[in-house]
Parts: sequence; structure tokens; C-alpha cells
Amino acid sequence: MSSPERIVVVPVEEAERRERRGQSPDADLWNLLDAVTDPEIPVLSLWDLGVLRDVRRTAKGVSVVLTPTYSGCPALTVMEADVRACLHDAGHGPVDVRYELAPAWSSTWLSREARARLRSFGIAAPDDTSCPHCGSRNTRQISEFGSTACKALYRCADCLEPFDYFKAF
Amino acid sequence: MTERDVAVFAIRLGDDALVLGQRLTEWCGRGPFLEEDLALSNTALDYIGRARFLYQFAGSITGESEDRLAYTRDVRAFSNHLIYELPRGDFAFTMVRQFVIDAFMVPYLEALSASTCADLAAIAAKAVKESRYHLRRSAEWVVRLGDGTAESRQRVTQALTDVSGYIDELFEMDALESDLHARGVAVDRVSLRPLWQRTVAATIAEANLPEIGTGWAVRGGREGIHTEHLGFLLAEMQFMQRAYPGSTW
Repeated sequence: MSSPERIVVVPVEEAERRERRGQSPDADLWNLLDAVTDPEIPVLSLWDLGVLRDVRRTAKGVSVVLTPTYSGCPALTVMEADVRACLHDAGHGPVDVRYELAPAWSSTWLSREARARLRSFGIAAPDDTSCPHCGSRNTRQISEFGSTACKALYRCADCLEPFDYFKAF
Repeated sequence: MTERDVAVFAIRLGDDALVLGQRLTEWCGRGPFLEEDLALSNTALDYIGRARFLYQFAGSITGESEDRLAYTRDVRAFSNHLIYELPRGDFAFTMVRQFVIDAFMVPYLEALSASTCADLAAIAAKAVKESRYHLRRSAEWVVRLGDGTAESRQRVTQALTDVSGYIDELFEMDALESDLHARGVAVDRVSLRPLWQRTVAATIAEANLPEIGTGWAVRGGREGIHTEHLGFLLAEMQFMQRAYPGSTW
């Protein structure tokens, strides 16, 4: 029998974020920013990651709110630059980018679709350390930290391939 | 309490984070193996990220930039506790120091995330998740090294002895922090010691290591009285801004 499908419970702050987008009068801006992806994980947009908290038109231009995944994530400055470039290229501006730390980012904000895309990209999704290559559950952690702050390094004991694991955080 | 006191407090915590972050970056490219090199560098980034948030918040009160706070203050103006500035030593010392700090940082940040200052509470709530992760790893290393070979055991025992005198300072309060604590902004460090002691004692016992000695203690970081090591750290970290003031990438 195959394992039962994972029940995804959406945390309240993530539900609020999705509602913010759903009810936004600036849907075109949200859709535009779907093109901005994590520089290290190109299958995830900033929206997928939960880093994009808000975008809206203001009297002065466009206001964007981001939240960092980890305090020291060096990709954040690249993300900000990509957001600015994306909006500028579409003729919007000036762009004001603010950072908000609360609520603290959590890997539980990743949607089911985002998790599936991570796996197909070869990265195990949070709380699921089965091998993204062969599906085996017989895997072992090699290091608590991988190629970026948000990932740990694992190895499959069956197909012997190493893989990144997107940490549950 | 003035707003300025809150800024001074944020700069203290920022100095703690920046100085340890800088110490950890010294391992980049020198880790004992690749995964550990990445782990140390990632931990360094967490601390430097924290320092930036804290300096930015302080700067929103005082008008100073984070770069000015990091790069143009001299030794006496830095207010970090001494434990953060000690040289990285060998790998055992780096991990033991990290463990001592992580075991302190988790309950400290948990308490600070209930601060009446919303900005400090948000920074702490973010950072505590990272420190829980750091603690898991540093505690594992203390056990591995303590319960490892004769060589690793000797080194980790020496590290515990070397770091012991810098621990008391972590749990000291002064007038400024006591006042801020009375107003719900800061954390009572003294009250965290039993919790810290429990965490440390459990790991030390698992590693079959002797208890941390309590024969001596030095202090002075908050008043800018530092060990001779901090000046060298700043000389390296601040070189670019000292030689080319105001330069940017």
C-alpha cells in the first residue's frame, strides 16, 4: 500500500499572506514578481519561498516587503536587486524595498506545489528526507549545512547519490 | 529610560554578534573538511546578519549607519563580551566556545523575543531558530571530540579550561541592562544561568568530560576594556574602510 498523502496544514501567517495576495488590487504586480526566483534554487519564486511578503502601488511608486530566510542569507541582496530590476523593466517605479523580520520565516510556508518542484529539481523538501533521485527512505545526513544556509547535505544509502535537503526551519 | 539606552543595548548585542561572526569567518577555506568549512561559514553569516539587523535598528534611533558602527569605531568603543573576541584557536576551542555561547544564546533569545521593544523581539525571534540549529551541531561536536580519541579529548578539555573564565561575564547585569529589563526591553541574564548550566552539564556528561572549572573570571567588554586580541581582529576587518574611507562595492 502506498503511504497516505501528506496533509499540508497552512500556518496562519502563510494563510494571511495568501489572502493578502488574493485580495490585492495590484494582482498584476504579484504576477509580475512570480518571475523572480531564488538565485540558488531557480525552480522556486520568491512567492513560493515566502520571502515576498507584500507588493503594492503607493503614491510614490511601488512598495515591496521581503523577509529573509536566514539572517545572514547572502542571496537576499541578489533577490532585492532582481525584484527592483523586474519592476523597473516593466515600467514601474520608483521601487521601495523594506525588510520585515516578523513573522519569522518558516519552511512550513512552502506550498505543496513548491515542495514537488524542489524534489524534481533534486532537492529534498522540508521534513521529507527521502532520496529525491530514487525515492529511498534509507538516507543519512552528511552535514547539517549544505551549499547554502537553507540546506543540509544528505546521502542516499541505496543509490549512493548525495543530495541537498531543504531544512525544516 | 531613553531611546538612546535602547540603541546602546542593541549595539552591545550587535557587537557580540559581529565579533563572533568575524571570528568564525576566519575558518572559511580552513575548515577541517569541506562540510565543516561550510557549516562554520554559514554560522558566521547568521551572526553577521544578526549584527546588521541590530545595528540598523540602533541606527534608526541614533542616525548612524551600520557601516560606521562596524568599520570606524575603535577598540574601546566596542562593547562585546570578551568571550566573542577570543582567537579561534584550534577546532576544539572554536566548537567549545560556540557550544558555551549557543547554550546561552538559545534561552537568551527566547526571552528577548518577548521584549516590549517590537524590533528587538522580531530580531530575536528570527535568530533563536538559527541558534537552536547551531546548538544541536556544537553540542554534537563536543560529544564527538570529548568521547573521541585521546588527542581530541585532550584538546577539548583544554578548551573548556581556557574558556571557563570568560563565562561569568555572559550572566552579568549592569545599570543600563537592569533598567531596560525593568521596563521589559532587555533580558535578566542572571536568571538564565541555571538553564545554561543544565544544558552544558548534560552535554559535558555525555561527552565524559570533566565539569567546567570556576576558578577565575575576567570581565570588561561592556565598558570597552578588551583583551589584546580584539584590536587585531578589527585591524583586519576594518582595513578597507580605514584605508579607503567611504568606499563601496
